[in-house]
Amino acid sequence: MASKAVYSHRDPMLKKRDDFEDMLEERRNSSDLRYALKCYTPVLYKGLTPCKVSELKQMVLQSDQLGYVITQVSKEKGMTSDEVTGEAAAILEEMAQRLQLSTVRFFAFTLSKVFKTLFRSICINEEGLQRLQQAIHNHPVVLLPSHRSYMDFLLMSYILYTYDLALPVIAAGMDFMGMKVVGEMLRMSGAFFIRRSFGGDKLYWAVFSEYVKIMLKNGYAPVEFFLEGTRSRTAKSLTPKLGLLNIVMDPFLKGEVFDISLVPVSISYERTLEEALYARELLGVPKPKESTSGLFKARKILSEDYGSIHVYFGQPVSVRSLAESRVNRSQFNLIPRHIPTRPSEEILSFVNDSAYRLVRAQEENMVLKPWVLLAFVLLQKQAAEEKQGTALDELTEQAVWLRDLSRQYGAFLHWPDHIPPSEVVSSSLSLHRGLVRISEGRVQLALEQVGGQQVPGETRGAITPEEELLNKAVVILSCASYRNQALNVFIRPALLASAIHTAASNRKQEIYNSFSFLRNMFSNEFILCPGATVQDFEEACYLLVKTGTLQINQQEVLITERGHRTLAFLTSVLDPFLQGYQVVCRFLCEQDGLTEKQFIPAVRKFIIKHLLTGRLGYIEVLSSDLQKNALAALIRLGTVQKIKGGEEQGTLKLNKVMLNSLEDTLGGKLPTQKSVVAHL
Amino acid sequence: GFYANSSMPSQVTHELLLICTCLCSCLSLRSTAHQLCRVQSQGFLTCTYIHFFHRQEIMKWNGWGYSDSKFLYNKKGQAEFTGKRYRLSGMIIPGLREWMESTFGANLQHKTPAAPILNSSVVQPPTLNEAFLKELKSTGIPFSHDAEDRVFRSHGHCLHEIFALREGKIGRVPDLVVWPNCHNDVVKIVELACKHNVCLIPYGGGTSVSSALECPPEETRSIVSLDTSQMNRILWIDEKNLTAHVEAGIVGQDLERLLNESGYCTGHEPDSMEFSSLGGWVATRASGMKKNIYGNIEDLVVHIKMVTPRGVIEKSCQGPRMSTGPDVHHFIMGSEGTLGVVTEVTMKIRPMPEYQKYGSVVFPNFEMGVACLREVARQRCAPASIRLMDNEQFKFGHALKPQVSSIFTSFLDGLKKFYITKFKGFDPNRLCVATLLFEGDREKVLQHEKQVYDIAAKFGGLAAGEDNGQRGYMLTFVIAYLRDLGMDYYVIGESFETSMPWDRVLDICRNVKARIVRECKDKGVQFPPLSTCRVTQTYDAGACVYFYFAFNYRGLSDPVHVYEQVEHAAREEILANGGSLSHHHGVGKLRKEWMRETISSVGMGMLKSVKDYVDPNNIFGNRNLL
Repeated sequence: MASKAVYSHRDPMLKKRDDFEDMLEERRNSSDLRYALKCYTPVLYKGLTPCKVSELKQMVLQSDQLGYVITQVSKEKGMTSDEVTGEAAAILEEMAQRLQLSTVRFFAFTLSKVFKTLFRSICINEEGLQRLQQAIHNHPVVLLPSHRSYMDFLLMSYILYTYDLALPVIAAGMDFMGMKVVGEMLRMSGAFFIRRSFGGDKLYWAVFSEYVKIMLKNGYAPVEFFLEGTRSRTAKSLTPKLGLLNIVMDPFLKGEVFDISLVPVSISYERTLEEALYARELLGVPKPKESTSGLFKARKILSEDYGSIHVYFGQPVSVRSLAESRVNRSQFNLIPRHIPTRPSEEILSFVNDSAYRLVRAQEENMVLKPWVLLAFVLLQKQAAEEKQGTALDELTEQAVWLRDLSRQYGAFLHWPDHIPPSEVVSSSLSLHRGLVRISEGRVQLALEQVGGQQVPGETRGAITPEEELLNKAVVILSCASYRNQALNVFIRPALLASAIHTAASNRKQEIYNSFSFLRNMFSNEFILCPGATVQDFEEACYLLVKTGTLQINQQEVLITERGHRTLAFLTSVLDPFLQGYQVVCRFLCEQDGLTEKQFIPAVRKFIIKHLLTGRLGYIEVLSSDLQKNALAALIRLGTVQKIKGGEEQGTLKLNKVMLNSLEDTLGGKLPTQKSVVAHL
Repeated sequence: GFYANSSMPSQVTHELLLICTCLCSCLSLRSTAHQLCRVQSQGFLTCTYIHFFHRQEIMKWNGWGYSDSKFLYNKKGQAEFTGKRYRLSGMIIPGLREWMESTFGANLQHKTPAAPILNSSVVQPPTLNEAFLKELKSTGIPFSHDAEDRVFRSHGHCLHEIFALREGKIGRVPDLVVWPNCHNDVVKIVELACKHNVCLIPYGGGTSVSSALECPPEETRSIVSLDTSQMNRILWIDEKNLTAHVEAGIVGQDLERLLNESGYCTGHEPDSMEFSSLGGWVATRASGMKKNIYGNIEDLVVHIKMVTPRGVIEKSCQGPRMSTGPDVHHFIMGSEGTLGVVTEVTMKIRPMPEYQKYGSVVFPNFEMGVACLREVARQRCAPASIRLMDNEQFKFGHALKPQVSSIFTSFLDGLKKFYITKFKGFDPNRLCVATLLFEGDREKVLQHEKQVYDIAAKFGGLAAGEDNGQRGYMLTFVIAYLRDLGMDYYVIGESFETSMPWDRVLDICRNVKARIVRECKDKGVQFPPLSTCRVTQTYDAGACVYFYFAFNYRGLSDPVHVYEQVEHAAREEILANGGSLSHHHGVGKLRKEWMRETISSVGMGMLKSVKDYVDPNNIFGNRNLL
């Protein structure tokens, strides 16, 4: 059962975390203008040779790396190398940032105003910033913030400017470019733009990777990008994308720098600006194209209270120590380093493991608000169809119970212990009053509400059952996005709880097998480091034994008397996902000749039908995120095959026998499934 | 004293007495010899004492070089270099103390003196193979099992070896030393060794820095050190073909001096040439400072004779190049004493150069310097020697400037400094210096010089005078003495080398230096280490780089272990970045662990099968290389 330890389990209670300072406090007490014009002299990389933006571009165009690809492309396409160089220059022009301090000062001023209106506080761990400053001085730095909102990267630059730290250059998606003025302003505040897909375009890739590497190697500025690739609409961490991480690790692996510091940054919003927007997106209302005017419509937002933001700058992770005794760097000795080569299996798995490790580091330092725990309770109550809602006392009791449990599991929970729990609960509820309804001392999700959370452009009057369902789903998915923030805390114990539930006996080996199956199934859904099944199992066992839920001896796993409540809670954590994956399997069983493009609309239709007939319990399985993850998992497991090339490009080839058996296994003995299976 | 066995046949005793007399007369000539010696380009005065049986009488037994030459702090606390052998000898070096104090945090109050004399009682009594000894005696070849003789030949100059000697710690040492006088003597010794299963370790100049001379502690047989120092004659010079046939025990400085007398030179000048021997060069694949003109040892050698347990290996003719299968010379070169003893070598010789000129160039930073060296190599116009020191080494070189005699010189120095740093805007903490040596006929040298300076100018280089250049080369010969001074004051260090393709030079220099600093910190070294490098050779496809690394070990319980861990890590770093295991120091036992990954398992198998054929009983049992 031995496997490479990416993440060693340890007592989460012992995690030491820094304290926070509210950076808005000073903004409320002193002049924003003076602040925007303050003297800005950040500590720079010790090996820095200062260079201008234009020089940077020249360095890229003259690099051996790009030169090689230009020659290659010009031969392939029968163009002169000048023509190709011209293309490369154009790509670079489209991509490049033009960081200038005046724009940053402008943003510093405006954002101060905006932030003070929107947020109660922006809390930063200042010790983390000190570590960051040290890291910037010593090595090239890569900043890896979590991505939950458009705000993220403006916020990052704002913080770094405030604390006199080097401003980063930021990899941003091309979609921002649609907003002309804003796009250019972002460019001038350090953003550089990358096309979302450039699959086979060698030249684009070469320009892009060389541009990033040159900025990084020369210590021009910290390079910032989002490991998750895009904003997580569910507030769950997304499985990391490896492209950029590969690029930024390359200079170390090839010996071009002594080390690189990767700094995970966890940004948590008490209330997400895009809350309802995300929910609608997940339900299939297409993502509005980012436009400047659209952003201004968002002005309505300014009148609301979004609580506080917590930004935690994690421990810098040295690429050198990550790679130590994992990567044999001499594999690069025999080919000139400017010739692009496909990374070896060894490198790919190293980058992949590192990426997971970094995302977990982000998750660990994500601050959780009491509301997150309330979301758990409210969603579970809703799923159990308690129509009349939950009494406030009961909600408080359950929240307190969950508070203690999550703390034991190492959650970074910001629960104000000096305030009576009932007050904590009611103030949380009032901040999220759009999602809950309180009447006669009973609380429930605001599902029946009309008007408040309405989809814009919707015609009044006759609301179809389908529309009604989707309106409910908006609230539920919004609420789920808060619950999801804490899923990483419970996921391993929850997998174990479900495994205990599903396994035919209480034999440890059998439970492990079941755990391993579930973990494998859900590894597109949650951040579960590849190859770390044993560690995860041990970690889960450790937590459940430590908290008195289980007793584990050599062979057997036994549930203690007081452990039942915890186990019931933990199984219910995984339930919606189990049901979701199951229904996707069922859906696929009934299909013939489905293409990948058709998948989401078709499965959505299928689910709506079953929800309306009451054969499915969890409205949240309507989330396209879950559906996509399920499909990805099935493809990974070989149950579904995606045909590449030819006329059938994109068609899904389905192994129905396997799908059927997967559905059954997922169903297992879980009570909620029984009705579903019976009906289907 | 010389060990004369009482049971020795009278004839042998007589011979020995003769040698002794000759030796004594040599000694008495020492003072007059100085007056006859001329200052050589290398900065040391040439004198020939090396073919003494007891080198320890003129050389340190627990440090580098001649006993009379060393750095010390005089009563005024000024650094001084003693003796009369070198340019620097007898001079005060005013900047050295401050440099040592500020670089290492060393302090004259904190001394770590070496054990002054060898305590023979700590040397294990020799394990003698009586049958071997008996037959050896009958051959009349001189030998000794005197403790001092044995200890002197039990080590090279790795830090751990010298550190142990200074502490008076003696490990396994050879049981016997033999001094063959010619090829045939060696044949006899090897035959006897095979017959009686005795382990032979060839010993040339003793300048190894790869633990190659260390006696394997697991060796249970009697170990015989075969000292080649008596085989030091030039047997013939062939002026038509420009070759010389030389016995392999000859020491570099003697070879050059003797050839010079006939108007020739080999041009092979490794930094250790005062003490290292021709046989040693062949056995380690040595490289000389002026290889750009004369080539490395593999380019210089025309013919090699080696005595192995299987017999003598040599080629049948002296053709300049042959296509006769893999070149058997390449089994010999780099064999590090594992296959046999090199006894005679035919080497290329050249007429002595008509004109020599030093030079130096200051660059604004190391990157520009490397770019310049690369361009020089690309244009294939490298001077006899071109070396680039990094900033720390430049400062170090500066600290070694002897006291200037006139106010005028110091004024000029000040002016130069002002010009470079203030007028040209060079950052004194980044600039670096290349030292140059041109050789040839006068006109061509001047032409060549201009070409190189023109290239340098393109990389921001400023000509910085002959003096700086010459001092740079002088440093080469005294730097080993400096380590002994450091060791008197808690500072230990060493140099190691590698070679790499051009595009990796900067990366390796940066990463290895940084790795050294980090490892020192991790291993608890209390003071920041000196971690510096220089590019010492250029090739068409790459360069050779030397690293110097030293630190103040106050507060460490096992400094040598820490040192070894750091050096180990530095070598790992070199290999990970595409540098070689060694450019010319060889593998010995110090770097053996990396051989397989360096030459592949098949490569190891090839070498092993040669060893198994040539020396099936491991008579040449120093266990180097494989």
